[in-house]
Amino acid sequence: MFSIDLLSNALVAGLLLGGFYAAVALGLSIVFGQLDIVNIAHPAFVILGSYVVYMTNTALGLDPVLAGLLFTPLFFVLGVFVYRIYYSGFERTGRESLAGLAFFFGIMFILEVTIILIYGVDYRLVNAAYIGQTLRIGIIDLPYRMLVPFLTAMAMTAGIAFYLSRTFTGRAILAVSQDRLALELMGANPIRIKSLAFGIGLATAAVAGALLIIIGPVEPSFGRVYIGRVFAIVILGGMGSIKGTLLAALLIGVSESLVQTFIGPSWADAVAFSVLLLTLVLRPQGLFGRL
Amino acid sequence: MVPIRTKPLRVWVFAGVFAILFAAVATLPSTARADSHPIKIGFSMTLTGGLAANGKAALVAMEIWRDDINKKGGLLGRQVEFVYYDDSTNPANVPGIYTKLLNVDKVDLVVSSYGTNLIAPAMPIIMKKKMVFMTLFGLAVNDRFNYDRYFQIMPSGPVPKEDWSRGFFELALAQSPKPTSIALLATDSEFAKNAVAGARTNAERAGLKIVYDETFKPGTADFSPIVRAIQASGPDLVYVGCYPPGAAGIVRAANELGLDVKMFGGGMVGLQYAALLTKLGPQLNGMVNYDFWAPEPTLNFPGIEEFLKKYQAKAGEAGVDPLGHYLPPYAYAYLEILAQAVEAVGSLDDHGKLAEYIHKTTFNTVVGPVSFADNGEWAKSRVLMVQFQNIEDGNIEQFHKPGKRVVLYPGDVKSGEFKYPYTSAR
Repeated sequence: MFSIDLLSNALVAGLLLGGFYAAVALGLSIVFGQLDIVNIAHPAFVILGSYVVYMTNTALGLDPVLAGLLFTPLFFVLGVFVYRIYYSGFERTGRESLAGLAFFFGIMFILEVTIILIYGVDYRLVNAAYIGQTLRIGIIDLPYRMLVPFLTAMAMTAGIAFYLSRTFTGRAILAVSQDRLALELMGANPIRIKSLAFGIGLATAAVAGALLIIIGPVEPSFGRVYIGRVFAIVILGGMGSIKGTLLAALLIGVSESLVQTFIGPSWADAVAFSVLLLTLVLRPQGLFGRL
Repeated sequence: MVPIRTKPLRVWVFAGVFAILFAAVATLPSTARADSHPIKIGFSMTLTGGLAANGKAALVAMEIWRDDINKKGGLLGRQVEFVYYDDSTNPANVPGIYTKLLNVDKVDLVVSSYGTNLIAPAMPIIMKKKMVFMTLFGLAVNDRFNYDRYFQIMPSGPVPKEDWSRGFFELALAQSPKPTSIALLATDSEFAKNAVAGARTNAERAGLKIVYDETFKPGTADFSPIVRAIQASGPDLVYVGCYPPGAAGIVRAANELGLDVKMFGGGMVGLQYAALLTKLGPQLNGMVNYDFWAPEPTLNFPGIEEFLKKYQAKAGEAGVDPLGHYLPPYAYAYLEILAQAVEAVGSLDDHGKLAEYIHKTTFNTVVGPVSFADNGEWAKSRVLMVQFQNIEDGNIEQFHKPGKRVVLYPGDVKSGEFKYPYTSAR
């Protein structure tokens, strides 16, 4: 069954899928990778993003990506608020490991129930002119349903990477997980910096939610299927590395696509997680992580 | 001297009647004394989690039935009330829920949650209590238990796995030129794998060459590589068993990549719901998929329109499928059957007699006449094969009318002509 046509399309489809995975994992890379906060509710926030995008798309006809971008400030504020509760309740008292994890489990269930109460449990999809259309370049098929999320994810990842590496606040976010005391000596408030970082992490969930609902239908508990995958991507990329998260997402996407095409879709998860295990054996710190 | 006052005669009469009544009530059996108490029907339901969309829709339909029967005076002259718990679409929660329903809540009757995976875990508990178990959309659950008081409302037929896809194959084999090969694809879940197992048996029996036979994990985001692999294997037919997220992804990928086969569809859950019908719209044209009811003139059973009006009025507020063609009529019907049996037997206590009555009776319900085979499945399969035709846009109104999901199979409810092959029908 092997052919150049199949191989090239599988590679391209894997890259497009990997781009989407990067968008979902990006916020977690900041929150979990750089702040060491095990925000297991991140995929639930992505689903919340999908629903608010669905609401604006249905009511106002707004493009899903645009709607996702418009909601980023609101998600940022929500992120700051959630972090402040987490800090006051757990981090400040040093109970963040187990109690903090339970807190985010709780947040996840509260989000699911809130969405059910507001929107019900039915599946939701959005309308956009490009959904269902395909760009054909030679033998390569590029469904816009995957291409638009890929391009958006690339732009968002580049923007976040630029912000973290080129601005004072961005560098402070990178520094806060490495040496909090040194950061305080530099005159920066670590709690404020962490609030900011958590807010940014959640702001990306609004956009990731928009990309998710472009790709397919969502229902309130759909985020659960992404929990394992996004944590795997962040760990594979190396804790705290945006570049690593992107590369890991693309790697997982391509390996899934190749396996689905040439071996069988039932093996896709097994191979993706084997890539994770193999990488961690060879590089325990992940692709771009620090020991 | 104070005169002695004798009690008037009427006081003595009243006291006597009261004493007789009191004695009569005191000597009645406890069940008869409880006659004024409501009849409790217990169940677990998928109100949150992956199958919540159907579970909540089922609950809306069941509440309509409860209100209807209570307005008519109740069951055996007693009002009916529900005792139910959310199983969160988690099979592990089900045994505990039914144990509580039976031992703590002391319900009089039990019915099932929605779906194969949520029915099977309740079976050992119900079997131990020897109760009649009306179940909602389980595929071949009783194959493993052989319980003679199990009854299943989904019209999958006496050999459920194979009857589920029989129509797809009978339609395909009646075409010219006859298809010779098939691709099979299923979600990695019990229901979908059962559906595709039946399709595999039917394909082998028909002498079709199986060129692709795979499962995929729930949560698969992009189906383009899978659809390309299917296309590369060159099948004439593609039979898919999956849930709504998979259905949407596969239909979109098939359209985006121009899947070129003779028949495509089969056992895809979700293509019966307004959410997917309206958003996939014309991308569905030409597909042949299973269904259980559609607004076609051949399926206009007594009471169905009235039920759907009530359901659709409540659906918006409940946040469930606004059409309600798929599961809700059957959720209403399985309670109709239970109630008709209880009224006929005249008792809640003898579940042996109840089961016997259900086995030998044909029930008139909103989904038409229903009778059961020895294994508790429908005596004759009525899994419809419908073809999506003339869908123009995402307008929901079109799906309330006939002509969009044309019934091709079975022949006695056929409502239109088959457009074949898929590539030109789309």
